[in-house]
Amino acid sequence: MAELTEQIKNKLSESNGFTGVVFSENINYPMIEVPKERLVEIATILRDEFKFEQLRDIVSVDRFTKNERFESIYNLYSLTNKTRVFLKVKLDSKKPEVESLYPVWQSANWAEREAYDMMGIVYLNHPDLRRMYMMEEYEYHPLRKDYPLMGLPGAVTLPKK
Amino acid sequence: MSLELTKEEYIEETKEESHISLGQEKILRALESDDVRVHFEGSLDNQLVLNMGPQHPATHGVLQLVVSLDGESVVGTVPVLGYLHRGYEKLAENMTFHEFIPHTDRLDYLSPLANNVGYVLAIEKLLKIEATPRAQWIRTMCCEMARLASHLVWMGSMAMDVGALTVFLWTFTEREKILDILDILAGVRFTTSYTRIGGLALDMSDECKARLVAFLDQFIPKLEDARNLIERNKIFINRCEGVGYISKENAISLGMTGPNLRAAGVPNDLRIDDPYLKYPELDFNVPTATESDVLARYYVRVREMYETYKILRQCIEKLPQGPINTPDAKQVLPDKGEVYSKMEELIHDFMIVNFGNTPEKGVEAYQAIEASKGELGFYAISDGKGYPFRLKIRSPSFVNLSALPTLMKGAMISDIVAIIGSIDPVMGEADK
Repeated sequence: MAELTEQIKNKLSESNGFTGVVFSENINYPMIEVPKERLVEIATILRDEFKFEQLRDIVSVDRFTKNERFESIYNLYSLTNKTRVFLKVKLDSKKPEVESLYPVWQSANWAEREAYDMMGIVYLNHPDLRRMYMMEEYEYHPLRKDYPLMGLPGAVTLPKK
Repeated sequence: MSLELTKEEYIEETKEESHISLGQEKILRALESDDVRVHFEGSLDNQLVLNMGPQHPATHGVLQLVVSLDGESVVGTVPVLGYLHRGYEKLAENMTFHEFIPHTDRLDYLSPLANNVGYVLAIEKLLKIEATPRAQWIRTMCCEMARLASHLVWMGSMAMDVGALTVFLWTFTEREKILDILDILAGVRFTTSYTRIGGLALDMSDECKARLVAFLDQFIPKLEDARNLIERNKIFINRCEGVGYISKENAISLGMTGPNLRAAGVPNDLRIDDPYLKYPELDFNVPTATESDVLARYYVRVREMYETYKILRQCIEKLPQGPINTPDAKQVLPDKGEVYSKMEELIHDFMIVNFGNTPEKGVEAYQAIEASKGELGFYAISDGKGYPFRLKIRSPSFVNLSALPTLMKGAMISDIVAIIGSIDPVMGEADK
């Protein structure tokens, strides 16, 4: 596990032309933060060279900060090495957009649809970016921090006490 | 309808008269993009769009499928989810870590115990505490009992999907016996909410253990009886063999986990590959198959039940004595008896119930367990005030369902129910 992390670190080092790749220890699995412009390239390297065959999940996070408010965290699993790493991209606050990983892993299809529905992250070049759970006409993205738990404008009013 | 119209023009034209909604239109467009030509002219030799569910008994809950058919064979499928969406991830951000435990019961409602265990393991990673050995052994047994109960429901309902009704009654009788054991163990038959952060709600009594032993003693012959009903049944075999094939590469790329992936020839099991609880100390095998059809998935799950039986036998033998709650008064709920008689415990109980466990701000943790359907994972971020900043649930049914369009290609209408049954979806978990 630690050996593999070292290999990934060497591969994605600055001497190989990768700038802005940060490794963090904040979580109980290796977390690699990558610049969003090179996400697809790095994902392809992880799949082909380090045998991360599966994208198991996408976690979308709303940090509710002024800059780089959204995060898209990719949960990668290697069936060959039996290890897991997380890949993180930070996204713009006003216009959260990132390239879709559907060409790399097919499972990105539904996972990205879910993140789009719940957090409003737009995945560019996604084959079928529909809402996953909510109805198409719905205007909001419920998991954003500025979405209230109840008392939504236009919703059915709560009974008066 | 005039034949000169293109598809787009037809959709535009009929939009007003048939009040086609934006959502429906997008579903129709998604069908088309899937190497499929949908004709809207309405003559008999053209493809037909058929809606199945969400109120269809064979869709195992509220799964809606929009299928395009060429005669009787399926050329495209679009699953529509969200009919059971309750927004658990949003709710979790507004309650303390303990308050969310009952909600995990309602995720995969066929194996609530496994969800409880998976959730508290993730939160314990956040808090950097670990349960006592006895609690860990009991949790291991919980996971396995949940797997057994879930597989028994699956076996019965899947056999019922392809027309064998009796098996359903027989396996449900066995499952009822497990629920009776859970009644003694957790005090509840179904929505157990049995685990606590750093321990368990109740200890496993000797009576419960004896009941479990008595259940296991008669279980294997009963399972054999149910198997004999269908495995030599020509109708069952013909309806399952070679149906719903998915290649190994596709199964991997689509992110499938659990028995569905193992039936495609990938021996992936988190109990062995990324061990948690007491699984490293247990001796069991991971059944796999290579055929990757409905029948292969059936055999993988049936063989898993034998392995679960083996694990439960070993657990009963190895179950140690000792406390069930970690002695960490600031994080773990004290024993109820002591709360009523001791001042210190009363204070701790008050603090944990009212303000919750408080992991450091910004700490993140991911914990996945091998639930009966596949990898069930919880990704938790703490906000430092006793609430999760974000709780992402990685539900196996959701990802397995995304393979439906691939599984359905070239199947017949009658195979649809067999295929849905074989991937064993639970909509409570898929819709969250």
